[in-house]
Amino acid sequence: MRIATLLTGLAIAVAGCQREERQLRLDPPIAEALDKVALMPNGISGAPPNVYFALEKPYETNAYNLSQGKRLYSWFGCKTCHGNGEGGIGPAFLDGWWYYGPDMVSIFASIRDGRPHGMPAYRDKMTTDQIWQLAGYVQTIGSYAGKTAAPSRSDEKHTRPAENRAPAKIQFDQGPTPLHPDQGPTP
Amino acid sequence: MRRATRLAWVVTPAVLLAGCDGWQSALDAHGTSAVSLKQLIILIVAVCSVVWMLVMIALIMALWRNRRERPLPVTPQPSTQRRMTATVIAAVAATTVVISGFTIMSFFATRALGIGGNDELTIKVRGLQWWWSVEYFGARSEERFETANEIHIPVGRNVRFKLEGLDVIHSFWVPSLAGKQDLVPGRANELIIRAEKPGIYRGQCAEFCGMQHAHMAFLVIAESPDEFDKWINAQRQPAVQPSEEELAGGQRTFLEKPCAACHTVRGTAASGTTGPDLTHVGSRKYIAAGLFETTRGSLAAWIADPQTIKPGNNMPMVPLTPEELRAVSAYLASLK
Repeated sequence: MRIATLLTGLAIAVAGCQREERQLRLDPPIAEALDKVALMPNGISGAPPNVYFALEKPYETNAYNLSQGKRLYSWFGCKTCHGNGEGGIGPAFLDGWWYYGPDMVSIFASIRDGRPHGMPAYRDKMTTDQIWQLAGYVQTIGSYAGKTAAPSRSDEKHTRPAENRAPAKIQFDQGPTPLHPDQGPTP
Repeated sequence: MRRATRLAWVVTPAVLLAGCDGWQSALDAHGTSAVSLKQLIILIVAVCSVVWMLVMIALIMALWRNRRERPLPVTPQPSTQRRMTATVIAAVAATTVVISGFTIMSFFATRALGIGGNDELTIKVRGLQWWWSVEYFGARSEERFETANEIHIPVGRNVRFKLEGLDVIHSFWVPSLAGKQDLVPGRANELIIRAEKPGIYRGQCAEFCGMQHAHMAFLVIAESPDEFDKWINAQRQPAVQPSEEELAGGQRTFLEKPCAACHTVRGTAASGTTGPDLTHVGSRKYIAAGLFETTRGSLAAWIADPQTIKPGNNMPMVPLTPEELRAVSAYLASLK
């Protein structure tokens, strides 16, 4: 009886050892399909392509993609305007307030096509894969719900809670965000 | 079967010994500190071999001489007892002498690693997953330039390497020239190297740093001061402007596509700093940190599908048309 319990426990533990898969290379047709998001006419929200679901939403829940997104965030100078998520010249992510909605498609479109009042388009600077990775990371910074996957830790001084924390508004309440009517429509 | 065994006896040591030669070997030392390290290695191996032989001989003799069974308990004669005591004292004394000898030799070898004299050149090396960024300085700020994965040094001069890791811990190791030194994020480490003989020495990351740790090699090219000056003056120049139509097309593609967001080509608008500086990529012997010799073909292969060639590296697969790929690879190969 004891042995059976032990073996069962061991089997369960071993089953948990499956490593998260890293998708290092996207086949070119998949990368091309991932670019075809169906945005609503006002550029806010919409539907990701079917292939996004076929891949099981890899950019929201995969730690490797989130880590790559974190690197892209500093490599492509996002910090210049958005800081470490607390904002600056550009809007903050930490306060959980999204001018164009919190869904991946909107964030993807913001990065790819740019937005009015200063957000540049990164279409010619990054590949589709990279834009999705970055979008996943940006969503994680300001997420409403804690995620089980987290990007790698920073070596720098921590200026804000970790990305896989509990919802932003509880852990990091900055108070009401001043609304800038010129920074796009309200979500 | 017997012949095969005999062949294995001959071939195996030959193969192993063959690894001790060549452009990346601590036993093929051509740097001041590597030479003193090599002497220390040889001394320790020689002394330890002698000690091992003596111990083995003593052991075999003891087993051989006392192989007959004796009634217990053994009561040695007083003379034997004295001899036993003397033997133990001698063995302990010999151990002490050997170990303190090693300590002293090791102290002198370590001291010799800090090469005396003034260093005449400072090079900053940054380790990234999975390549090396190399920065040279000059008297004026415009003489500063960056290159990657290939370090040229003048022979017979002290060169100070400032080492820094930008993501994880790497280790700078050119076995033929010096020992290892880690590149730790947020910490400035230094290593002084002096090459005694001109040549091409291969180095490698010696601290496991991720998926492509094994593909993180670099070259140190030690050359005469004249040749070194010629090289550094050529590297300080901005990239050559394309002379042919195809190369000009390649440059246009390079600037319009995501390439320019991560790579710098001095003399053009491309000024990204995430990837290696490509101003003179055609003059370097290897691309992708020692993976391929620099040819137009290997550049094209690398650009076409970097994630199959070196999975996990940070170069994305940029969708290009075949014409664009041909032009970009020709352009990069022309950047001598």
